Amino acid sequence: MPTRRARIPATKYPVERFTLDNGLRVVLTPDRSAPVIGVAVVYDVGIRSEPEGRTGFAHLFEHLMFQGSENLEKLAHFRHVQGAGGTFNGSTHLDYTDYFETLPSNALERALFLEADRMRGPRLTEENLRNQVDVVKEEIRVNVLNRPYGGFPWLTLPPVMFDTFPNAHDGYGSFDDLESATVADAADFFRRYYASGNAVLAVSGDVDVAEATELIERHFGDVPARPAPDRPDFTEPDLTVERRTSYTDKLAPLPAVAGAWRVPDPIGDFANYLPYVVLAEVLTDGDASRLVERLVQRDRSVTALGGYLGFMGDPFDVRDPTALLLQAHLPPGGDVDKVLRTIDEELDRLATDGLTDGELARTQARMATHLLRDTDAVLGRALQMAVLEQQRGEPGLLNELPRLVGEVTDEQVRAAAATLRPERRAAIEVIAGGAR
Amino acid sequence: MTTTLPAAPRALPPLGPNRRLKLPKQAERTLANGLTVIAVRRPAVPLVELRLWMPFGRAHLARGAMLAQTVLSGTETHTATQIAAELQRVGGGLSAGVDPDRLMLSGASLVTGLDRMLEILADVLTGATYPTDWVDTERDRLVDRIQVAQSQPAHLARTALLKRIYGRHPYAVQTPEPDQVRAIRPPALRKLHAERVRPAEAVLVLVGDFQPERVLDGAETALSAWTGEGHPVDLPPAPALQPGPLLLVDRPGSVQSSLRIALPAVPRTHPDHAALQLANLVFGGYFSSRWTENIREDKGYTYGPYSAIEHSVAGSVLIAAAEVATEVTGPALLETTYELGRLASLPPKPDELEQARQYALGTLQLGMSTQAGLASLTSAYAGNGLRLDFLAEHAARLAAATVDDVAAAAARYLAPAHAVTVVLGDAERVAAPLAALTPVRVESA
Repeated sequence: MPTRRARIPATKYPVERFTLDNGLRVVLTPDRSAPVIGVAVVYDVGIRSEPEGRTGFAHLFEHLMFQGSENLEKLAHFRHVQGAGGTFNGSTHLDYTDYFETLPSNALERALFLEADRMRGPRLTEENLRNQVDVVKEEIRVNVLNRPYGGFPWLTLPPVMFDTFPNAHDGYGSFDDLESATVADAADFFRRYYASGNAVLAVSGDVDVAEATELIERHFGDVPARPAPDRPDFTEPDLTVERRTSYTDKLAPLPAVAGAWRVPDPIGDFANYLPYVVLAEVLTDGDASRLVERLVQRDRSVTALGGYLGFMGDPFDVRDPTALLLQAHLPPGGDVDKVLRTIDEELDRLATDGLTDGELARTQARMATHLLRDTDAVLGRALQMAVLEQQRGEPGLLNELPRLVGEVTDEQVRAAAATLRPERRAAIEVIAGGAR
Repeated sequence: MTTTLPAAPRALPPLGPNRRLKLPKQAERTLANGLTVIAVRRPAVPLVELRLWMPFGRAHLARGAMLAQTVLSGTETHTATQIAAELQRVGGGLSAGVDPDRLMLSGASLVTGLDRMLEILADVLTGATYPTDWVDTERDRLVDRIQVAQSQPAHLARTALLKRIYGRHPYAVQTPEPDQVRAIRPPALRKLHAERVRPAEAVLVLVGDFQPERVLDGAETALSAWTGEGHPVDLPPAPALQPGPLLLVDRPGSVQSSLRIALPAVPRTHPDHAALQLANLVFGGYFSSRWTENIREDKGYTYGPYSAIEHSVAGSVLIAAAEVATEVTGPALLETTYELGRLASLPPKPDELEQARQYALGTLQLGMSTQAGLASLTSAYAGNGLRLDFLAEHAARLAAATVDDVAAAAARYLAPAHAVTVVLGDAERVAAPLAALTPVRVESA
């Protein structure tokens, strides 16, 4: 009996776009349901743009953007945001770096002032640089060196899959590279990449469009115009022979494995990319998904499983080249080869027999919930729309994603599964050096 | 880079007028079976958030953990896979978690799927069967998960701290040992379910794009067949902190030390709570705190130091936590003790207090601005006998706290003389520097 499918609902967040004379692109998405706002500034530079010998520099520079600016002493940014009742952060991705605040809406002008001030120029000093190199080293120790599975697989798999420095290198950076960074490097990096023409500002939430537009003109209008730099070509050929490596993690108590396959260009070939986003969920979302049923429940060869698009789990804010990733933690003594063989078998079965009745529809309904849930937070909307504007010129795509995901067909998911062949796979195994 | 400062520096724009805290539309009903249902309207996205809070104090540790791991593993009418698939069909999902106070079922779905999600929830609550094959699989997975947790410094530090704080109190151990989990069989889970998964004193919170009264009717229809008396437990109050030598737990080769400091605190309704919350912010409860500005932004010892008040049914405690480089473990403790002592001895500056106050008030607004945030807040409040209208009362107390109130709270609660300190790290390298500052007792992990 064919099953009824849930109707996929949509959001209708309004979108206003304009560009200032200095090239800064602006997206406004008002929503007056709560007295809060999100403010995001996204620069079109990320880990892939780091110079050789300067691994981790994009992230280190992100830290330096919080160390004071033209009219603001060190610590002032934090105090002004939090003293207005807000929270802030920044994050460095493969293709972009974002800076953001979420605040009560009476702090709109203050947030715009703070972002404009550092867009004009951060205070880059030797003292601040040394201090933040120390902080970043502690961040790497917490997240990578002092814990099991640190950097697995987002830092450990790219060098297996890719050959060129931009795609393959460690985005957190080596301590040597971080320690040899200079103030002059930072000034160059700022001049080149932190240009008004290379940035997008997005404001979401409890704002009046006319008033916000005027405030944005007032604060960002006189940021000196600098054009966006040319974006290098980061493409690499697909794999034709499987690549496999392994390493021992001395803190890890259980073996683990991750595999990745290249996928179509998320920007230039979105229609063919989207089925892979759905495929990852068909394979791994919840107890009724294919690989969880097979590997976790039936074979018991895997104890935890995940599948997603993009090394940082960022399906809609990453450019080509990127990948579909599957990662699994195994029980003690587990057999990685067997797990990879079973994954191949399940992908074959999916490609050959297709999906079962209702399997796709329920996966799409669940994906709609996740997508809608992410947009409920006012800051989430600003961040996502800023990146969609930057990479696609299409911030309104945020409203369309649940529907577009819902339109992916059985045939497209099958065809996507058929491309995930072992010879196109890069895989990395974690040997449990901490097993007891 | 040399920036040329403009002749006339630009002035920071002032804040607009504060927006008043506005509570969302809500309705509440206690059903005949004793279940309290609270429905809160936030129509922003066409979804619903669900939190079911069930009192679970003094439940057997390993059985409780296994019950949470397997409660969704099947009923008389559905297998685990069918439960997951049926929930997915309406964009839904449920998960279970347990702590020393409560068992919690949480989830979200498309709002059009709420009735179906409640039906499935009712099926699980009244008819979970704990099938043997599933329990076998999930038992092994839980053991694996515990082993992974036990390899993580944050988990090891917390485990040591809880034991040190709570001694013989039930809160002292919150993660079962693998061998205890291995001994659990389905009959024990069915028995625990029958005894403890009950509507009396449980609270169901629903937040979403709906009319609250209508949703209460739906919940009543779906869940009225769930029955069972409450299970009164005798949970002793948490013991007062017993200061003593710093406990150093050895983790050979560790490149960082996990510093944990416990200090006394009071429940949300206590007259000192607002002032203590503000004192904690000034000390280490947000980025613009003295502690972060000192050991991160000035000294570079750490990435993310943080202190927070944790509320549990048996009592509240303030916990300050930082992961610091092994070579600066002693200096990091010195600065931490200095900052606690400074705030306990000298009143905060008025502008420091104002900044912390604005942060506390602003983040209340932010926390209420999503369905998920509202659901978690409403549920946490309800688990402690409070309702959302307490937010307004709390906001008023935050607004009214004076420098003297905050100084008094800091003197009473933040004094380093009252602290219980645990450090997890490489004893060979950090024992001597720590012993220069305070008596140290070393234990192996």
